[in-house]
Amino acid sequence: MAQKYRLPEGGRVDRSQPLRFTFDGKSYEGFAGDTLASAMMANGLRLVGRSFKYHRPRGIITSGVDEPNALVDLYSGTSKHEADARTTMAELVDGMDAKSINNYPLLKYDVGAVNSIFSKFFVSGFYYKTFMWPKAAWLKLYEPFIRKAAGLGTAPTVPDTDHYEKHYGYCDVLIIGAGPAGLAAARQAARSNARVWVVDDQPELGGHLLTRSATIDGKDSDAWIAEVRAELEAAPNVTLKTRAQAISYFDMNYVAIWEKVTNHMANPPANMPRERLYRVRAGQVIIASGSHERPLVFADNDRPGVMLAGAAETYVKRYGVKPGKRAVAMVNNDYAYGSILALLDAGIEVPLVCDLRQEPDGALTQAVKDRGVPIRAGHAIVAIKGKNSVRGVKVAALSEDGKALAEGEKPASQACDLVVHSAGWTPAVHAHCMARGKLAWSDDMSCFLPSEGSDANPNVSAGNCAGQMDLASVLTSGHEAAGQVLEALGMPANNAPAAPTADPEAASSTRILWIVPGEKELGYGSAKHFIDFQNDSTAFDVQLAVREGMHSIEHVKRYTTTGMATDQGKLANLNAIGIVSEALDVAPEKVGTTTYRLPYTPTTFGVIAGRDIDELLDPARTTAMHPWHEDNGAVYEDVGQWKRPWYFPKKGESMHKAVLRECAAVREDVGILDASTLGKIVVKGPDAGAFLDLVYTNKFSSLKPGKCRYGLMLNEDGMILDDGVTSRISDDEFYMTTTTGNAAPVLDHLEEYLQTEWPHMQVYLTSVTEQWATATIAGPKARDLLAEICSDVDLSAEAFEFMSWREGTVADCPARIFRISFTGDVSYEINVPSDYGLHLWNTLMQVGRKYGITPYGTETMHVLRAEKGFIIVGQETDGSVMPFDLDMNWIVSKKKGDFIGRRSLYRSDMSKPDRKQLVGIKTVDPSVVLEEGAQLVRELKAQPPMDMVGHVTSSYMSPACGRSIALGIVKGGLAAKGETLYSPQPDGKVIEVVTCSPVFFDPEGSRQNG
Amino acid sequence: MLLIDCPHCGPRNESEFHYGDQAHIARPENSESMSDQEWAEYVYLRENPKGLFRERWVHSAGCGRWFNAVRDTVSSRIVATYKQGEEAPISAEEEGGLL
Repeated sequence: MAQKYRLPEGGRVDRSQPLRFTFDGKSYEGFAGDTLASAMMANGLRLVGRSFKYHRPRGIITSGVDEPNALVDLYSGTSKHEADARTTMAELVDGMDAKSINNYPLLKYDVGAVNSIFSKFFVSGFYYKTFMWPKAAWLKLYEPFIRKAAGLGTAPTVPDTDHYEKHYGYCDVLIIGAGPAGLAAARQAARSNARVWVVDDQPELGGHLLTRSATIDGKDSDAWIAEVRAELEAAPNVTLKTRAQAISYFDMNYVAIWEKVTNHMANPPANMPRERLYRVRAGQVIIASGSHERPLVFADNDRPGVMLAGAAETYVKRYGVKPGKRAVAMVNNDYAYGSILALLDAGIEVPLVCDLRQEPDGALTQAVKDRGVPIRAGHAIVAIKGKNSVRGVKVAALSEDGKALAEGEKPASQACDLVVHSAGWTPAVHAHCMARGKLAWSDDMSCFLPSEGSDANPNVSAGNCAGQMDLASVLTSGHEAAGQVLEALGMPANNAPAAPTADPEAASSTRILWIVPGEKELGYGSAKHFIDFQNDSTAFDVQLAVREGMHSIEHVKRYTTTGMATDQGKLANLNAIGIVSEALDVAPEKVGTTTYRLPYTPTTFGVIAGRDIDELLDPARTTAMHPWHEDNGAVYEDVGQWKRPWYFPKKGESMHKAVLRECAAVREDVGILDASTLGKIVVKGPDAGAFLDLVYTNKFSSLKPGKCRYGLMLNEDGMILDDGVTSRISDDEFYMTTTTGNAAPVLDHLEEYLQTEWPHMQVYLTSVTEQWATATIAGPKARDLLAEICSDVDLSAEAFEFMSWREGTVADCPARIFRISFTGDVSYEINVPSDYGLHLWNTLMQVGRKYGITPYGTETMHVLRAEKGFIIVGQETDGSVMPFDLDMNWIVSKKKGDFIGRRSLYRSDMSKPDRKQLVGIKTVDPSVVLEEGAQLVRELKAQPPMDMVGHVTSSYMSPACGRSIALGIVKGGLAAKGETLYSPQPDGKVIEVVTCSPVFFDPEGSRQNG
Repeated sequence: MLLIDCPHCGPRNESEFHYGDQAHIARPENSESMSDQEWAEYVYLRENPKGLFRERWVHSAGCGRWFNAVRDTVSSRIVATYKQGEEAPISAEEEGGLL
């Protein structure tokens, strides 16, 4: 029969709108307004999942965000796949497909439940104790076992095609939670000039009033909510967000809010995001996040059919569903009797109530008594019958101290299919704590309450989360919180409403028993007293942890995993603290709490990523010549964000062959490289020369206009930051180039010194990397090629020397031609305004055909420069290399005075003979190419460890040298050139090498100068 | 996410800024005559007080300018920001204390 647990009437579901859903492949029906949990319950589905560690059968425990067990995978195998969705938070949608998790092969017959039999071995610290050694077993034995045995839902198998948005929000007052406290606050704030945001995770406003209605301001709470809602919706200064959970609270009132936009729609409009992340900066925050009902810790309190009293009430009242037919309750407070009344109203039989209190008092207690329900004072449920579903309980009187069964007591059986329990309510102090607020223990309420807040995060807690538990004071505290923050903002409410009123509740007693004793002593027998249902940690585990020396609650948490993962103190925390405090015999405030981690509730990756995916995650930068590279099959290397051609393979050509061909072309004819990505900075102003003298190790103020100079830039610690060629354009203007990856850091570095150390200098720095496109032509035929398309510059070797630049016209474009070389051959770097870059490239390719022009990429560039012993910053250097280590004393000016890093070069450590220094490296077998990063040793031993004296930084097969070449840094390498070193390989072989000068090709430089 | 009041642009999110550590440390002009120890202290060592701290920030994704701030390192609240060259609202002696 369909929905056999659905009440004929009542609740906030729409019975005229039936919705179909499937659970583990079977089809069911629910109604609009259901959550997946309430719809499953309406169909009598009790066993909804298996637990994490013991694979125990589990059902629905709560009705909200704190649900630890009733998690499912939604829409498995589709683009909408959502792992570990809380059934209690998932609004039912027509066609919803849910799958139980953590069970194999079937929910009812789980093979992993064998863990339950061996549960004696799975005590706290089990992983630490068992899986210590041998190391090799981790990979083969332990890890696969743990992975199979534990874990919740499955990862998606296909990409998520929905889109997710991020928005920034700004307001004066942010109100978290739209229950009675939040609404009372919102109504007042709405009447001020403040910009107000109100967010709530539920589809409807009202919070707990949706479960337990009341009379507010003399009217039914539904009417009151509707009235407030209308006022908020009409107020132009109020932004109201439902289905929006404040998940994280960051410094200075910066709150992340996760909104489910179309999750509840069967056919969402294509233009709407599935979810949205708001990042709201608020002047003041009112935290009205309510409270969580606390479970009692009793024997087998995890069996399907055992649930929190308030949750049972919610299913009856809000969703019109009966969680069972006959319920036994165990409570320790009066408020829970309101839940029992709701069950009675729904026609659920309540044969008896166990009250831990010796003398149950309170108006609701009396009302239940008046309905003829037997209330057993000082009694407890000491055992549960039934595994996949509750079949009954055993009830017994407790000893006076509540630590054991009463002397000679024989437990009595009572059949039932539902157990509801309540240990009272724990204030949800998560937001307060994320905002660096402190907590104080309340003896009256046996819980932690917000105390001191942080002055960096102005906020006020109101309602349950501030320890105000009865409705009248909840409403007052919400109203007053708004008054308080509006006053702090200097924006009082106009025509302020009076505080909403409700009948105050008479005081009643509560009795705290952190552990409700079972038939057998804790740790004996098969019954388990669960504290954390998700992580399967029990009262016994916590006691054991304390006995084993874990006295800090933070240690207990990690040792037992209590309150870890998604719980974060919602259900488990306070019970764990209570049990630890008893075990240590100290007051709970001395035990303290663990950190409330953000986010408050598990959040989808989709909404965290938002639009920052695929090409928008890290945008690619391309040069003006990129279309040509695309058309001509370039293979790219990512350098920072740039797409640089790595090599240009011909059809079917390997990388190795392509690079050999490209290298040969540069050495024999002419090659062309897209060098547009080099960082380019204009340094301009009367003090430009003096400024460069301070930032480079060598002198630039003496450079003549028209000339270029290679420079080395250091950090203040003397280590190499960057290198590059800087040219003088005019007396007051220089054109600096940096390495591709360092363009931004170098500009930042220069700006920092200019602004903070030498603000008196008249210098302006402008990045022009994007403004110029650069084509480098290199090789013996480069000059002839350039001459064909440039007629207004004398290109002869005498008139246009190496390390100088000329302004002219190239391919009909205004151009700056720099005669500098990173290859060791005659080379011109032709700079044109970016818009002309592609034209320049095309022209050079066309005209260059008869010279055998060959495009080359970064790999060939690296080989060619290594043949010349030119370093690459970040390859030969690593932040611990200074100029002397590279044998570059020549570039460090002794005369010109101070520069950044100068003093550091003369620290005693810098002259140590065993510093790692740059050398060339030749393998004894010229055909062997070393691995970059390979370690080098002087003394070979039979096996590691060996004293590593350096490593290979660059290594290539050099066509020009006809052999392999490498660069490396080696301890004391400069003085020991020519020594034999060894590179032991992972396979046990050893490569023998000899160090040499790093310049392998044309050491006289006749080619580049010619 | 701190809210930092750039003295040139106004309040902006922390993600627009970069941190520059302790403020009001001038680069020594007489480094030649400094001992290795003194120089190393300038290059590597900075105060790390609990309480108020005068520190440098740069509005890198905004105006690009360096400025100074006084921040309470306990709460991360930024008490004041001020331009380069302006006097700090607290003295060096008050660093680590409370306002």
